[in-house]
Amino acid sequence: MEHKEYKSINKSVRKKDSMQLLLGKPVYTDDVTPKDALVVKILRSPHANAMVESIDTAAAKKVPGVVDIYTWEDVPQTRFAIAGQTFPEPSPYDRLIIDRHVRFAGDVVAIIAAETEKAALKAMKLIKVKYELLPAVLDFRSALDNPTLVHPEDDWEPPCEVGGDPKRNLVASDDEIHGDVEGIMAQCDIVLERTYHTKAYNQAMMEPFTCYASFDRYGRLHIISSTQIVFHTRRILSRALGIPKSKIRVEKPRIGGGFGAKQTAVCDVYPAFVAMKTGRPAMITYTREESQIAGSPRHEMEITLRMGAMNDGRIRVMDLYTLSNTGAYGEHGPTTVGLTGHKALPLYTGSLEAHRFHYDVVYTNLQAAGAYRGYGATQGIFAVESMVSELAEKLGMDATAIRDMNMIKEGMVMPAYYNEIANACALDRCMEHCRQMFDWEERSKVRDMGNGKIRTAGVAMGMQGSCISNVDVGSATLKLSEDGTYNLIIGAADMGTGCDTILAQMVAELMDCHVDDVAVFGADTDVSPYDSGSYASSTTYITGMAVVKACNELKKQICTIAAGMMDCEEEAVEFASTCVRRTGTEQTVSLTDIAYKAQVGSTVPAETTQTHTSPVSPPPYMVGMVEIELDKLTGKVDILDYMAVVDCGIPINPNLARIQTEGGIVQGIGHTLMENVTYDRNGRPAESSFMQYKVPTRQDMGRLKVEFEHSYEPTGPFGAKSIGEIVINTPGPAIAHAIYRATGKWFRELPITPEQIAMSLAEE
Amino acid sequence: MEIKLKLNGKNIAASVEADTVLLDFLREKGCLSVKRGCDTSNCGLCTVLMDGKPILSCSTLAVRADGHEIHTLEGLQEEASDFVGFIADQGADQCGFCNPGFVMNTIALLRENPDPTDDEIRAFLAGNLCRCSGYDGQLRGIRNYLNSRKA
Amino acid sequence: MITIQKYVRAQSLEEAWQLNQNKRNRILGGMLWLRLGKGSINTAIDLCDLGLNTIEETEEQFSIGSMATLRDIELHEGLNTYTGGAAANAVKDIVGVQFRNMATVGGSIWGRFGFSDVLTVFLALDCYVELYKGGIIPLEQFAAMKKDNDILVRLIVKKTPCKVVYSSMRNQRTDFPVIACAVAQMNGEYRASIGARPARAMLLRSAQAEGFAAYVAANVPTEGNIRGSAAYRTHLTRVLVERAMNELGGM
Repeated sequence: MEHKEYKSINKSVRKKDSMQLLLGKPVYTDDVTPKDALVVKILRSPHANAMVESIDTAAAKKVPGVVDIYTWEDVPQTRFAIAGQTFPEPSPYDRLIIDRHVRFAGDVVAIIAAETEKAALKAMKLIKVKYELLPAVLDFRSALDNPTLVHPEDDWEPPCEVGGDPKRNLVASDDEIHGDVEGIMAQCDIVLERTYHTKAYNQAMMEPFTCYASFDRYGRLHIISSTQIVFHTRRILSRALGIPKSKIRVEKPRIGGGFGAKQTAVCDVYPAFVAMKTGRPAMITYTREESQIAGSPRHEMEITLRMGAMNDGRIRVMDLYTLSNTGAYGEHGPTTVGLTGHKALPLYTGSLEAHRFHYDVVYTNLQAAGAYRGYGATQGIFAVESMVSELAEKLGMDATAIRDMNMIKEGMVMPAYYNEIANACALDRCMEHCRQMFDWEERSKVRDMGNGKIRTAGVAMGMQGSCISNVDVGSATLKLSEDGTYNLIIGAADMGTGCDTILAQMVAELMDCHVDDVAVFGADTDVSPYDSGSYASSTTYITGMAVVKACNELKKQICTIAAGMMDCEEEAVEFASTCVRRTGTEQTVSLTDIAYKAQVGSTVPAETTQTHTSPVSPPPYMVGMVEIELDKLTGKVDILDYMAVVDCGIPINPNLARIQTEGGIVQGIGHTLMENVTYDRNGRPAESSFMQYKVPTRQDMGRLKVEFEHSYEPTGPFGAKSIGEIVINTPGPAIAHAIYRATGKWFRELPITPEQIAMSLAEE
Repeated sequence: MEIKLKLNGKNIAASVEADTVLLDFLREKGCLSVKRGCDTSNCGLCTVLMDGKPILSCSTLAVRADGHEIHTLEGLQEEASDFVGFIADQGADQCGFCNPGFVMNTIALLRENPDPTDDEIRAFLAGNLCRCSGYDGQLRGIRNYLNSRKA
Repeated sequence: MITIQKYVRAQSLEEAWQLNQNKRNRILGGMLWLRLGKGSINTAIDLCDLGLNTIEETEEQFSIGSMATLRDIELHEGLNTYTGGAAANAVKDIVGVQFRNMATVGGSIWGRFGFSDVLTVFLALDCYVELYKGGIIPLEQFAAMKKDNDILVRLIVKKTPCKVVYSSMRNQRTDFPVIACAVAQMNGEYRASIGARPARAMLLRSAQAEGFAAYVAANVPTEGNIRGSAAYRTHLTRVLVERAMNELGGM
C-alpha cells in the first residue's frame, strides 16, 4: 500500500459547480434551451401487448397549434437499441421509433408535435386508435418458451451473440462452471437453497428525462440532452434516424441526476425525429409518470442460490441461477445479469472452491428495464449476503466472524471474476473498522424495548467493479492557457457526482497548481475527446487515468517548448509548477511565456489528448451495518443508524466519496423498505408517481456514518478505484438480516413491507 | 386574466390563463431556479415563498398570486449565500436539481426558527426530496452554518 | 392537469354559492387534489377574500375557517393544548410544510377523502361543520353525507372536556396513512375514529374500555389497496386502538 502526501488528491474541495447549483442558476437542459421549440408529446399504449389495427389522427391534427402527428407508418424501419453501450452493443436491436406492435402499457403509439403543451394534450385526446389485443406475458417466471412472443418479428437483430433467441422470449443465456460443483456440494455438512426476488426499482432522479433537438449553424442536428452518454447517443440517433454521425452533435449541460437511468437514450429519439421531420427545434420533457412507467428501471430478478458449507462456517461452493426480466425491450438485459454472479460470488474467494453461475434473461410485456446503479450486483449481493447471514445464524456463528473466515483478501486470484487478482483489497480492514465503529458486539444483540419494539442489527458486505474491462474507453484533453491555467475537456458526464471536480483535482496534483486553475468542460461530441460515458463505475478509474496520461504528456510538451526557449536539450529542463527550470540553474521560463510561445511560430502544441482503457476492473469493497428498531405489531422498521466502511482505493475527494456512499445507502434503504413496484392487470406499474412510489424522505433514513479504509490499486489513478455504484449494495441484505434477528423470519423478497412483517408475526 | 403581484421585490402585471400554474408563470418570467420534479405535489422542487410562506408553485394557480408577494431563489441570493457555502463544503449539492426548492424551504425554516434542532430541520424539510445526497450532508451543512453563527 | 376556463374570487358566500350551483363550477381549496384530475372546470371559485383563513378561539369552541391551512392547525397553540397535541400529530406527516401551507381544512373535510388524517382526528372530537345553506350539523353526520352544492364555511370544535390520542401507520414517513386512528375519551365514553380504511373515516363508540380495540377492529370495514391489505388494516386498527387506549389510561 502506497502512502503519499498529496496537495490536491484525497482533499475535500468544493464541487466546481456547487455555488451555481445551490443558488439556482439556469444550468439544466430546460433552462439553457430556447423556449420556442415545438412541444413533443407521446401517446402511449394502455395495453400490454397489442397491434395497432388503425389509427386516425385527422381530428387531432386539426387542433390549433398542432404541427404534426406521427404514427408507425411514418418512421424508419431500421431496428435499434437505446442502451448506452460500446459498439457492438450486447443489447439487441429490437426497437423502432414507433412500432405497430406495442409491447407494454406505455409503449409509443404516436408522436405529437405542437406549438404548446396544451395543444399537444388536447390533440392526444382526439387520436382514435383501434387495437387488436394480444395475450401478454406479465409474469417473468412464465416468459421462457411461452407461446406468446414479445418479439415475433423477423428483423430482430443481436449486434453480438449473447445466447438470445426471440422465438423463446430469451434475450441472453449462459452457464459458467468452475470446479467440481456437485462433488463439493455432496461433501458439505450443510447445503442451503433459497430463492430471492428483487423488483424493478426506479432511479427516480429529480430531473425527469428531457431532450432538446434543433439545427446548428451548419444545419446539423444539435441535441442538448440530460444524458450520461453523449457519444453513444450520437451513434444511437444515427442508426435510428438513418443519418451520418457527422450530421449529429450531442451535448449535455448539467444533469439533474442519473444513477444509470440516463445511460439509456430513453427520450432522445423523439424530439430528434420531430426536428428532422419539421425542420424546427423540438423539445420533450417526460412527466414524472412517464419517467416511472416508460423509463429504464432496474431489472427485476429472481435468484436461486445453492450454497454448500461446513459446520465450522467454511463456505466451499455456490451455485447461483438468475432469472432476469428485461421487460419489453432488451436494453442492458444481457449485461446486468452477469454482475449478479461476477460481482457477488467473488466476495467469498477466500474459501470458495467451486462455483456455478448460470442465467436466463427474458422478455415480458412490462416496462423495459435499463441500467441502475449496482447493475445486477445489487441483486446478486442481496441473495449471496442474505444466505451467508442465514448460514451464520443456522450455525450459531456471528455474522461478521463467518465473513472474516471466508472473505476475499488482498492478493487472491478470483476465479469467479475472470481470474482477476485482488491487487487492492481492504475488505478485512473494512469489516474490523466497521465492527468497532458500529459496536457490533453490543448492538447486534436482540434487545426488547417494550411495547412490541425490538432493537438489533444486521451486516452485509458488497463489491462492484471499476469500469468494464477491455471495453470502456476514457479520454482527456488538457490545454495550457496563456496565463498558466489549464482547460480540461472530457467526454465523461458529471451527473452531480462531482467527476468534473475530482478530475480537476488530478490535474492540479500533477501540474502542481490550484484546483481553481483547472477549468473543466464536458461533454459535447463536437468538442470532447471520445469517452464511453459515465457509467459502470468507470469515470474516476478510466477517465482518471486518461487525465494522468494527459498531464504527463502535457508536461513533456511544455518542457519541449521551454527547452527550445532556453536553447537546451529537453533532458536538461524540469517542470516546476509555474515555470520550467533549467536543471541545476536559476534559469526559468514561465508557463505564461511557454503558452504564448506555443502560439507563435510553434509546431509543438501546448495541449494533448490521451486515452485510456483497462484490461482489469478492480473491485471496490464495502461493509455496511445497520441498527433497526422493529415494531412487531405494526411491522414498521425504523433505521436508527447505518454505518459503512468503504475501500475505494483512495478517495480522490473524501467529501464527495462520502456523499456518494450516503446517497447510495439511502437509495438502498428505499428499495428495501418502501419503494415497491406492483402492476395493474395491464402490467402498468401502480407506483407511477411520487405520490405512490415512495422514495425515502429525510425522516426515513436514520443517521449515517461513513468512513474509509485505503488500499492502493496499482492500475488506478493515485491508487483509486470506483465508488459510485457499490454503495447501493449493502442495505438490502443488511436490513433483511437485522429483520431476521428481530423476528426470526427471513424475507427474501424486496421491499420488505411492514405488512409482510406484521402479518407473518401475527400468524404465530 | 390580468394579475398584479410583487415578484422578487418588483411590482409586475401580467396576463395569464385561469389554469396557468405559478411554476410555469415564474419560469416564463425568467425565474428558472423553480423546478418541476413531479406532478403530484410530492417533491418540493418548485418551492417558492408566497407572502413569506413556502408553498408549492406547481400546485398554485398563477391567478392566486394576484395581490401577493412571491420570492424565488433569484430574489433571495444574498440570504441564500449566507448558508449554501456550508452545504457546498459537504459536497451535498450533488446534481443540484433539488437545491433551489431545498434552499428556499431552508430559508423559510431559518426565518421561522433561527436555531432549530436536527430533528426540527428534518421535519421542516421532509417535503423536499433529494435522491443524490442521502440528506445527511445537507443536514451537516446547515448544522455547520448554525454553529458558525454561534461562534 | 385539470383545465380551468375562468377564475373568480367570490366577494360573498352568496356569490360563491350561486356560482357553485352550476355543476361545471368548482370551489377551490388548496387545489392539491383537485388539480390532479383530468377534467375541465368552467369557473373556479376562490373563497380567499372571505376571511375564512383563521382559527378563532372562544371559551366554548374553536371556529376554524374552511380556508385555514393544515399548517395553521399544526401551529395553533390553543387547539393543540386542548387536544394534547393530537391535532398537530394528525397533520405533521402530511407531505411537507409547503403542502400543509396550501392544503385547507375545508378542502380536506369537504372532500371526505378516505386518506384524510384531518377528518379522522376531528371526527373523534365534539365537532360540527357550518354549511352555508345547511347550517351547523355534527361532523359525523356530514362525513356520511354525499357531496352536494353547499359550501363548507367553518369547522367548529367544541371544547368538551376530552382526552384524545392520534396515531397512524405509514409505510413511508410522509405517505398517505395505511390506517389512521384517533381515540378519544369524552363524556364518559370512548370514541375511535378510523380513517384510511382506505374508505373515509368512521366513528365507533363504547362506554367500556375493556375490549374496545377488539370491538373496533371487528366493526370497522377495511379493504385492500397498494398500501396494505384489508386484513393488515384490521390488524393495525386493533394495534393502534389498543395502544391509544393504553395511552389514554396512562394520561
